Amino acid sequence: MTTLAPDELPIAQRNAARRRLQLLLAPGLGWLVVFFVIPLIIVLLYSFAAPGPTGQVIWTFSFDNYVTLFGKDLYFNAYTRSLVIGLQTTVLCLLIGYPLALHVVLADPKWRTVLLFLVLIPFWTNFLVRTYAWMLILSNNGIINGLLELLGFAKQLLYPSEGAVLVGLVYGNLPFMVLPLYASLSRFDFTLLEAGSDLGGNGWWRFWHIMFPLTLPGIVAGSVLVFIPTVGQFVVSDLLGGAKVDMLGNLLQRLFTRSNPPNWPLGSALALVFMFFLTFIVILYFRNTTEDER
Amino acid sequence: MIDFSVSNRTVGGERHTVGRRVLGAHAWLTYIFLYAPIVVLVLFSFTKDSFGVRWTGFTFDWYVRLFNDTRMMRAAGNTLWVALVTTIVATVMGTLMAIAMERYRFRGRGGLDALLYLPIVIPEIVMALALLAFFSFSFGIIESITGVTLRMNIWTVIMSHVAFCISFVVVVVRASLKGFDMRLEEAAADLGADPRTIFWRVTLPLIMPGVIGGALLAFTLSLDDFIISFFTVGPGTNLLPVEVYGRVKRAVTPAINAISTLMLVLSMLLIFLSQFVQRRANR
Amino acid sequence: MITTSAVVLQQVTKRFQQVIAVDTLDLDIRDGEFFSLLGPSGCGKTTTLRMIAGFEFPTTGSIYLGGEHVERIPAHQRNVNTVFQSYALFPHMTVAENVAFGLEMKKVSKTDIKNRVGEALRMVQLGDYGHRRPKQLSGGQQQRVALARALVNRPKVLLLDEPLGALDLKLRKEMQIELKRLQQEVGITFIYVTHDQEEALTMSDRIAVMSSGKLLQVGSPTEIYERPNCRFVADFIGEANFVTGTMIDGASTHCAVDVGNGIILKGLHQEPIANGTAVTIAVRPEKLRLSVSPPDGSSYYPATVEQVVYIGSDTRLTVTLVGGITLDVWEQNSRSTLDRDAYWQRGEQGYVSWNPDNALVLVK
Repeated sequence: MTTLAPDELPIAQRNAARRRLQLLLAPGLGWLVVFFVIPLIIVLLYSFAAPGPTGQVIWTFSFDNYVTLFGKDLYFNAYTRSLVIGLQTTVLCLLIGYPLALHVVLADPKWRTVLLFLVLIPFWTNFLVRTYAWMLILSNNGIINGLLELLGFAKQLLYPSEGAVLVGLVYGNLPFMVLPLYASLSRFDFTLLEAGSDLGGNGWWRFWHIMFPLTLPGIVAGSVLVFIPTVGQFVVSDLLGGAKVDMLGNLLQRLFTRSNPPNWPLGSALALVFMFFLTFIVILYFRNTTEDER
Repeated sequence: MIDFSVSNRTVGGERHTVGRRVLGAHAWLTYIFLYAPIVVLVLFSFTKDSFGVRWTGFTFDWYVRLFNDTRMMRAAGNTLWVALVTTIVATVMGTLMAIAMERYRFRGRGGLDALLYLPIVIPEIVMALALLAFFSFSFGIIESITGVTLRMNIWTVIMSHVAFCISFVVVVVRASLKGFDMRLEEAAADLGADPRTIFWRVTLPLIMPGVIGGALLAFTLSLDDFIISFFTVGPGTNLLPVEVYGRVKRAVTPAINAISTLMLVLSMLLIFLSQFVQRRANR
Repeated sequence: MITTSAVVLQQVTKRFQQVIAVDTLDLDIRDGEFFSLLGPSGCGKTTTLRMIAGFEFPTTGSIYLGGEHVERIPAHQRNVNTVFQSYALFPHMTVAENVAFGLEMKKVSKTDIKNRVGEALRMVQLGDYGHRRPKQLSGGQQQRVALARALVNRPKVLLLDEPLGALDLKLRKEMQIELKRLQQEVGITFIYVTHDQEEALTMSDRIAVMSSGKLLQVGSPTEIYERPNCRFVADFIGEANFVTGTMIDGASTHCAVDVGNGIILKGLHQEPIANGTAVTIAVRPEKLRLSVSPPDGSSYYPATVEQVVYIGSDTRLTVTLVGGITLDVWEQNSRSTLDRDAYWQRGEQGYVSWNPDNALVLVK
């Protein structure tokens, strides 16, 4: 293996190095082009096509799909629903995750890694399985209703419901929030709080004016990491929300597989709009954090 | 109000303020929130209750039934097969690409870097739908040219899994190459080793922890994936997450608890295995 | 003595993009000599070594190893070995496996490998350490393994890139002597890169001083120290007083330089220099004498003592001549006395003198 850039070598070695580079890159790059780049291009082409009566794709070039996406109430409701549930999930994760991350950072150093690892373990297990576990707990004859009965209350219909979806989403995405917060808080200089109390600030004042602004990059990062998968998922809203909770992911899934007939062109347009919307958020986030580092 | 003052950071014999106690209680509750569903799931895979949501006594019955459920077993076998093939292909390709990205400067390297990050950041469902569109589109073309009708099957799933796992392998292997002392390769060349020998005797053994880490990640990702499998698997093939999803949508049963428990155990084993590999590498 | 060349560099230039690391370098390194490349960091000495090793190829110019053209031959096909600054021991192999690596590449038989590895490890006093991992050894021991790993291949030339840089001072001194002993024992040509002038003076048969990619002077340690050919070399190796002035009598090797304020200094130069040329006189502080009364014979200059620093073996004086020229004078404390009054005191007057053979007139 050569350690040099190909253009720094004499011709014979340069050609050998170039051949090695090609051999190293070709399989992976080829695979990514065929199974990632080309599929995205096909989605782009579909988004300008028209749906046929039996679900096939009719090749035209029009912006009709995009007009539909921004015109119909059905879609507009799905966006706002996704946005609201996404924001609710993010805020809940932040409210639960921030004190947890703080607790881990303040813990005895020898326990810190263990405590953090404990947050991560559930996250590495299957998402479907974790969602399913909540179906058990919230089911009509499940533990919570059992407890309620035991205490003399009437059974509640806990799922399918929007509340159940929220619980499932918070449960599934909490580690995404805790990790960046932990990173941010472990860099935080806690003597600054002492300085704050010297200046006579009380607990809240010190939190809002010292700790919160200095850990903001972690908060933003965690929020982006929670928000994106939340809006795009359809498993949790499908399993825990029944047909009641309709998010972008569910809409996409229906347009491609379940509606009668399926509408791939419209689905493609929706997928692209969704992707660009999220890219926009990610770019905003990156600009925010790079400014902080400057 | 919570007192975050620095004196509380030193643990052992110091005053525990109300603030710290509130934080501690919150942490306990959160850990209960995180682990209760897992405990419940495992517990109820042994319950006699035929709905699998209450404790009415201990039984292994559901596991026995599970192993006699040929449809579920075939789905599990398929999923393992997919994960295995995906891991091998993605690890080889990802490792080679990581070496190219770390060791060579070439035109388009920045663009390739961005391309490699895309499968990690774009929503999984968009990638899944794109792959579905791609297979249907290209199968249509193949049919119109050759007259052969292709259907999505286990191989379309494998191709798709490889596509999203490559990037993760590249990230992990690149990280291990970053800490690699280039002088070691020069030393090997100095002692008379040709580029091929250097790769097999020096480079590969030293980045092996990274390669194994990447492989374990690819295996876990493939095993746990539901969304891409759901959209790229044909009607004739069963995959475990897709099968479980289908059954869960109909009803909660103890058999699902049992299979979920087994999936959970496998995931945990993989995490501990990858931690073990990392620890050994750091020593 | 008839000597052959081990390594020859002809008009070698190495460019990295816009930066010229080595500039039209000519070197002729003899068989069996301990040759040092000395210079500050970034002077091109390591790049030169890497080109001899085959890790870099020269942009232009030729390199000969034992008379053969090698500048386009990759490292693994050259019969030279390198000891790296960071040692570059393979962490996944034992010490013995590290040392055996080069022999394995040469397809030496298993029994021969075993014998030669054992022999090489004994040579560096690590006979019992073969089964250990490099990480379990101290810095000095790792250094020895790196040496054994290179020497076991019996290369024509051994290249050493600041091999003692990471060791502490005491160990470094020990290893200097050890390296010199090894070199004389095995009789292999050593090319040694260092920025430490003392190290180069101690160990080398010959030294090449480099700066900004250019070769300034090649010579034995004495030549380099006593007869530097330019101000940079005089300044980089040891300490020197520099006085600038104009040549007024440059016809013979013993010449006179006007340094202003009516002071004429005497110095030595190998070739005639045109009168009126701007020159620098370099004279080492230990070559200066400060006396109470004007000395006989040589030229002398009245001076005032500005500073006296007692450092045990020497007393280091700073004196000024009329017109403000400042000179450092090192006097060896050959007298044994605790009486401070026996030494120079600040403000006292005296006469500085030197043998003109020790004052070098430098044009560059």
